[in-house]
Formats: sequence, C-alpha cells, structure tokens
Amino acid sequence: MQTNGHEHVIEVTGLRRVYGGGFEAVRGIDFSVRRGEVFALLGTNGAGKTSTVELLEGLAAPAGGRVRVLGHDPYTERAAVRPRTGVMLQEGGFPSELTVAETARMWAGCVSGARPPAEVLALVGLGAKTGTRVKQLSGGQRRRLDLALALLGDPEVLFLDEPSTGLDAEGRRDTWELVGALRDQGTTVLLTTHYLEEAEHLADRLAIMHEGRIAATGTPAEVTAAQPSRISFELPDGYFVGDLPPLAGLGVDDHETDGRIVKLRTRELQRAATGLLVWAGQAGVELRRLDVRSASLEEAFLSIAKEVSAQAAGTTTEKEYAA
Amino acid sequence: MSATDTPARAKRTAGTATTTPMSRMTALARAEMTLLGRNKGTVFASLFVPFVLPFSVRAGAEEMDLAGAGLTVGTLVLPAAIGFSLLFAVYSALVGVFVVRREELVLKRLRTGELRDVEILGGSALPAVLSGLVQSLLLAVGCAVLLDLSAPSAPHLAVVGLLLGLVLCAALAAVTASFTRTGESAQVTPLPIMFVSMAGSGLFFPLDLLPDRLASVCELLPLTPVITLVRGGWTGDLSAAEALGAVATAVAWTVLAVFAVRRWFRWEPRH
Repeated sequence: MQTNGHEHVIEVTGLRRVYGGGFEAVRGIDFSVRRGEVFALLGTNGAGKTSTVELLEGLAAPAGGRVRVLGHDPYTERAAVRPRTGVMLQEGGFPSELTVAETARMWAGCVSGARPPAEVLALVGLGAKTGTRVKQLSGGQRRRLDLALALLGDPEVLFLDEPSTGLDAEGRRDTWELVGALRDQGTTVLLTTHYLEEAEHLADRLAIMHEGRIAATGTPAEVTAAQPSRISFELPDGYFVGDLPPLAGLGVDDHETDGRIVKLRTRELQRAATGLLVWAGQAGVELRRLDVRSASLEEAFLSIAKEVSAQAAGTTTEKEYAA
Repeated sequence: MSATDTPARAKRTAGTATTTPMSRMTALARAEMTLLGRNKGTVFASLFVPFVLPFSVRAGAEEMDLAGAGLTVGTLVLPAAIGFSLLFAVYSALVGVFVVRREELVLKRLRTGELRDVEILGGSALPAVLSGLVQSLLLAVGCAVLLDLSAPSAPHLAVVGLLLGLVLCAALAAVTASFTRTGESAQVTPLPIMFVSMAGSGLFFPLDLLPDRLASVCELLPLTPVITLVRGGWTGDLSAAEALGAVATAVAWTVLAVFAVRRWFRWEPRH
C-alpha cells in the first residue's frame, strides 16, 4: 500500500462464490477500487452483484480467488477491517419493535468512533422520525435508516447494496448528493445498482456484471465508447435499402430493417450521419422519424444482456434440432 | 494502518472511542432488553410459568416419599422451580430471539460490523440470561419464606450449578435455533428438550425415586447436573465425586453445544 493516492483500497482477483446447492453465483471476477473512488457494480437481478458485495463485506468466504479490503482479508481478518468499513445491506436487518433512535443508539455502541446518532439521522432526513418504531417506517425510510447506520462510524470504505431501491425520486436525489459529498471527503464507495442512471451519475468507474462475470468495465465513458452509435429512420416512399449509398463506405458496421424502419450501427457517427443526410439532401427526400444517437451506458447494458440471451436462444435452437 | 489514512480523515477520527467486546455486547444487550420488555408473550412465559408451575410440583411432592430420598418439600420445589426458569425464561425464550433476529436479518446486519460472532450471540442472550438469574434468586428467597427452606449447606455448588445452567441453556438455545426455520416453528422446536428435561432431569420428581438403570441414563441429560448441583447445594449431601461428575456432565454438554453452534448455526434465513 502506498500513500500517493493511487493505492487500491479494494482488490479482487479470480473471485468465485458457490452456494450450498452448487449454484455458482460469482464465476471468477477481477477488479480493483482506488482510494476515494466511487465504483459501481451494475447488473440485472441475479447477475451476482450482491453475492460479490457480501464477499467484500466479509460475510462469507469465497469459493476461490482473493479479496483484499484495506490490505486485509475481510473474512479472516474481520477485526482489522470492520472498524474502517460501513455497510448498507440490500435489505433492512432491524428489530421491528425498536424505534429509529434506539436502533441507531444500539449500532453506535458497536461502532468505533461513532458520530452522534442524532446527527447522522438528521443527515439522512430521519431527524423527525427518531421516536417511530422501525415496523412503521416506509420502505424508503428504512433505506435511509440503513444508510445512516452505514455512515455512523465515519467509514473509509462504504459498501452500498442498491442504496436507492425503494426510494422515490427525491429520496434518490438526496442519496446521490450524500454519496457525492462523501466522495468529496475522500470516502471510497462501492455500490451496486440496477439503475443505469445512478451508475452513470455517481460512478467514477463501473463494472457491468452478467451471470456471475464482469462483461464490461471502465469509466462510464470507456464502457460507452466500446458500443456503436445508432441511426434509425423511415425509408422514403418508393425507396429500398439498396437505393441508399453503400453503407460500408459511410462507416456503418451493420444494419437491420424493421418494416420501413432502417437501423444502422456505426462507430463513426458523424461520418455516417453526414453521408446519409447529404444523400437525402441530394435525392430531395425527407427521412421521417430520423433518430441519431451516440452510444449510452444503457446501450452497452442492453447489448450485453442481448448478446447473452442470443447465446441462450442459440443453445435452445440446437437442443430443438437435436431432439 | 494509520499511514494510509489521509490527514483529513486522521483528524476526523482522532481521539474517538474505540469499542471493546464488553461495550459492544452491552449496547446490543440493552437493545435486546428493550425488545424483551416489548414482547408480551415472552414476558408472560418467562415470568409467570416459573412462579406458577412449581406449585404443581409441590402438590405432587406431598404424596412422595421425600424423607426416604433425604429431601423436603423445599429442596424438591426450589431446584424444580429454577429448572423451569432455565427452560422457559432462558432456553425457550432465546430460541425465539435467535430465530426471529435471524429472520429479520438482524444477525446478518450485526455481522457486518465490529461485533464478533460470539459477541452477537452473547449480547443477544444476556437479557434472557439475566432474567433467569434474577428469577432463580427470587425463587430461592420465596422458597425460604414460604416453604421453610433452610439456608444452603453448600452454597458454592448451587452457584456453580446455576451459572452452568444459564450458560448451557443459552448455548442449547442457539443449537435449537440452528435447526429452526421460522418464528412459528420456534414455538415447537424447544419442546423436546423441555419435555425430556421436565420428565428426566428431576423437575417433577427426584431421580432417586426411579429404577437405577433409568436413573443413570437420566443423569446424563443436559439439565440433570444443574438440578443435582442446585439441590446438592441446599441439602449438602453431594459427595465431591458426585459434584465433580455433575460439573463434568454440564461442561461436556456446554462444549458439545458450542461445537454444534460453530458447526451448524445459521446467520441468515435460507434462500
């Protein structure tokens, strides 16, 4: 570990997790998170995000590979790691009959260097709810309580498992602001989410998980840049795809048609769009429903899901042929 | 590791209190005590039963040949009452606590923090163990006043027996919780140990009144050494060998229970 600001606070190599029934939820993943970075694990439900985070939190031992948090094994060296981490689980974990204040006081008694509970409850907007029993809180309020407990010890590393699930738009914005403020103070944050917007907004770097593997990783810009941009439009009446200028010459990688709608994929958006519009101008036709969009994280996410389901569909077809 | 702290962070956390196992367990036990007070069913079972059931023992005791076994009504009823207290206020109540906290994901959350596993179980168990202790002391006073029970002849045996009983019942509760899936089934799963203990550990009648072979099997039941030590503490007619044998049996059960907890205890609900 170095003190030059580039040290890796979280290091994961070849990590695997296998559940009792033999299900392999995490299938050999590698990534690292630098101090002060916000890192997002993005994926659909069942992608292996929570299974991964639980290994980082030290709740379970990996079936293979290695995890280091702040230079220690979070499972076997709990005492060295826990005073410096904060954890927000995906789901509550509070006795339903305790009040908000009693819950926070209990947790504060178990956390080294705890901030005053009232201060942290106010920070997450639960200042007026301290006397309320946990069972009477809404789902969003419970998420806020969970966040408050994770922040109580002023942690160096914060694990947030789907921090904004169940929150309304305002609550989500509040949580984002809070995470942003924590990053500004130098807190390292690892969060999981299935909201693309959240990952795009918060993450310095992210990894897209799919079926226990990391399908893509990098900054949001890097992950997006690996994806093609898209142009779609309606073919003018009387025209066919063959009437368009040669697509390969415009830098179009491939195209597909859906009725009268033509969809082009390209890594050279400006060149392809210019070529198409110049052609339309010269031909004097209007390209109705023209839509030109550069690649987005959503695109990346969907194409990863699509690739995998295409593979799955392929397997099904093979099986059908075999039968 | 402080070398890796940024100056700003070192400043923020400097001079703040570090938790100790005792402070963490106290914080957890305090919350658990609040919860215990709010659970009417548990309060009823753990307070009412040990103070009421012994009288059914007393009714039966008056028909037994107690003098032949070297006992009085008091030395029969008090160990039985303490046995009921251990079974209801400690063992059965704690099975519910462990299972419900697991199903609420409280145990999982506690494990994300600084508490060690043994502190989580210990801190959660503390209020029930204390209530068992307080009940036993109240019962001893009550029996002295109401049943003319004389002062214990070997109080150290009674103290050892009671303390072993409290620890053993908490550990057995964690074992039972390992094999209990829901809060509802936690009403049922403690019953086998409770029935076996009531029938075979000398709660309703002294083992001396049983056939020898049956009695020697019953001596090996988990709660029998506890009752034996408490009763021996009052009567004073327990030989050193008998006392050591009882302590060894209780310790063996405790070690076995701790092993089982380490092996089988579940910290999260099944998926």
